[in-house]
Amino acid sequence: MEIPAPRDPASAARDAFGDAILHVKEFRGETTIVVDSAHIVEVLDFLRVTSGLVYNMLSDVSAVDYYPNDYGDAFDGAESDFRPERFGLSYHILSMLYNRRLRVKAFAAEEDPRLPTATVVWPAANWLEREIADMMGIVFEGHPDQRRLLMPEDWYGHPHRRDYPLGKETVAFSFNVDEIHQHKPFARH
Amino acid sequence: MVLAEQTQSIEEQRRWEGDLDQLRGLVSERAITGETMLLNMGPHHPSTHGVLRLLLELDGEQIVNCLPDIGFLHTGIEKSIEDKSYEKAVPLTDRMDYLSPMSNNMAFSATVEKLLDLDVPERGQIIRVICLELARCASHLVWLGTHAIDMGAMSVLLYAFRERERVLGMFEMLSGQRMMSSYIRPGGVWRDVPDDFLPTIKQFLNDFPAKVDDYEALLTRNPIWKDRAQGVGVIEPDVALAYGMTGPALRGSGVNWDLRKAQPYSGYETYDFNVPVGEHGDVYDRYLIRIHEFRESVKILQQAVSRLERTQGPCRSQNGKYCPPLRSELGQSMEAVIHHFKLWTYGYDAPDDEIYNAIESPRGEIGCYIHGTGANKPRRVHFKTPSFIHISALPVVAKGYLLADMVAIIGSVDIVLGDCDR
Repeated sequence: MEIPAPRDPASAARDAFGDAILHVKEFRGETTIVVDSAHIVEVLDFLRVTSGLVYNMLSDVSAVDYYPNDYGDAFDGAESDFRPERFGLSYHILSMLYNRRLRVKAFAAEEDPRLPTATVVWPAANWLEREIADMMGIVFEGHPDQRRLLMPEDWYGHPHRRDYPLGKETVAFSFNVDEIHQHKPFARH
Repeated sequence: MVLAEQTQSIEEQRRWEGDLDQLRGLVSERAITGETMLLNMGPHHPSTHGVLRLLLELDGEQIVNCLPDIGFLHTGIEKSIEDKSYEKAVPLTDRMDYLSPMSNNMAFSATVEKLLDLDVPERGQIIRVICLELARCASHLVWLGTHAIDMGAMSVLLYAFRERERVLGMFEMLSGQRMMSSYIRPGGVWRDVPDDFLPTIKQFLNDFPAKVDDYEALLTRNPIWKDRAQGVGVIEPDVALAYGMTGPALRGSGVNWDLRKAQPYSGYETYDFNVPVGEHGDVYDRYLIRIHEFRESVKILQQAVSRLERTQGPCRSQNGKYCPPLRSELGQSMEAVIHHFKLWTYGYDAPDDEIYNAIESPRGEIGCYIHGTGANKPRRVHFKTPSFIHISALPVVAKGYLLADMVAIIGSVDIVLGDCDR
């Protein structure tokens, strides 16, 4: 079977989606394509099925919190109308056929962070997205299972946000136990 | 307490303790009506290999649905690393996959090196390969012992742990710690191997192949083992790929994908070894693959040991900005003292950009994602761990098999809950 020649993912995506591709960058040989979050699922599906690309496996989905919206020089040289938002999601996809990786990045706004779910493209996204929903508080629209994954179900807040303190649990003594329980709405007794 | 508050709190309790309504859509309607049975397996069940809870929906003994519940071992390692300099984060990575801490060290260190654009000297690379392959042997030995004991072959565990003890002894020689070694660090390894390490590992490599033959004599042609393993827990290759499975679980289904071959690191491309691939994707094929990997690891180790004898030089990067100077230099060089002080108080700055790097751990692809801040602490570190991915695929793998097969399936995908929950 003849293997079609590999195509450049960034230019192929630009040809197919035009303005939905916001930014392309290279760092240490890794390509990142920043995509408009409304189109993220279409782009991922396009990268998966198009010949010459065939990113057939979803390696990882990780979320970064850029709180307090400090992007350093991570997006220098981007087109002027592109604005990163607070939460950045990186979909790391892998093409086994061409043995290369690609990072597709989408941003979610600070107010009501929402993204469409990639479970329709890869079932592997199910738990990876549940973890992010749990840890970062990003809602994945259309996700089949929206329960918390790692944290207890009665947990308040999303621990991986940067404004969530790297906290300590106050040690309960008899003199402060009532005070501690007042802070914890679900504490027993 | 006032009565109104009390009633409310009971309602609250009921809300999050869970009831059948929460499971609507996740289990079949027959479970809601009581036609099928909902059964908890774990988190204290010995064959769940740690603290995995499975909510099983059973029709007789047949598994209709399986809902894995994880998080019992969640320790917030990723969050803790955000408050540590890169060098000081290495001991935390040990605690993820506690059966092969060296692989975690390597995944993290290799990513930091890529972020810093730091090179590792050749001797350091060779020692890393030795550590990683020894870790693969140690991890597979625990898998073999526990998998066999789950399926009723009690004696294999003792033999497997006897050999694992020797590997852990070698780790202690290298790092002073049997398990949580933190030996592989950004820029190389902590220190060179001690003098008595080479004779010990040679003796081990001499003995080990015969021990693998012993394990095989106990299991490979054992009719009970074959009955329990063959045709059970079949993973189709397209299912494995769609669920992102890697490692022996993927290769058992006939997909030839090993990062040591496909995207080599640490000089794996210069070693001569084979990647065993299965054909049926069942429990038995995954067992055979790991047994073959013992032999392939021995092959790699023999080549690495002979190379180590021939290669002289430093075992960690000589770049004083990123790697501590030798102890012997501290008495003579002011610059070394400055570097030493700066490294252990502040660390080093890493660029404000993101890196994803993956290595082949005994269980599959362990990926590390680091987003720097431009200062000495990362903005975000995320580990893509094979156990997490494999447990998420358990429901598809287990569907339709019997409850007793569940134990075999869990054992054969080789999960570690520390690796899963992080």
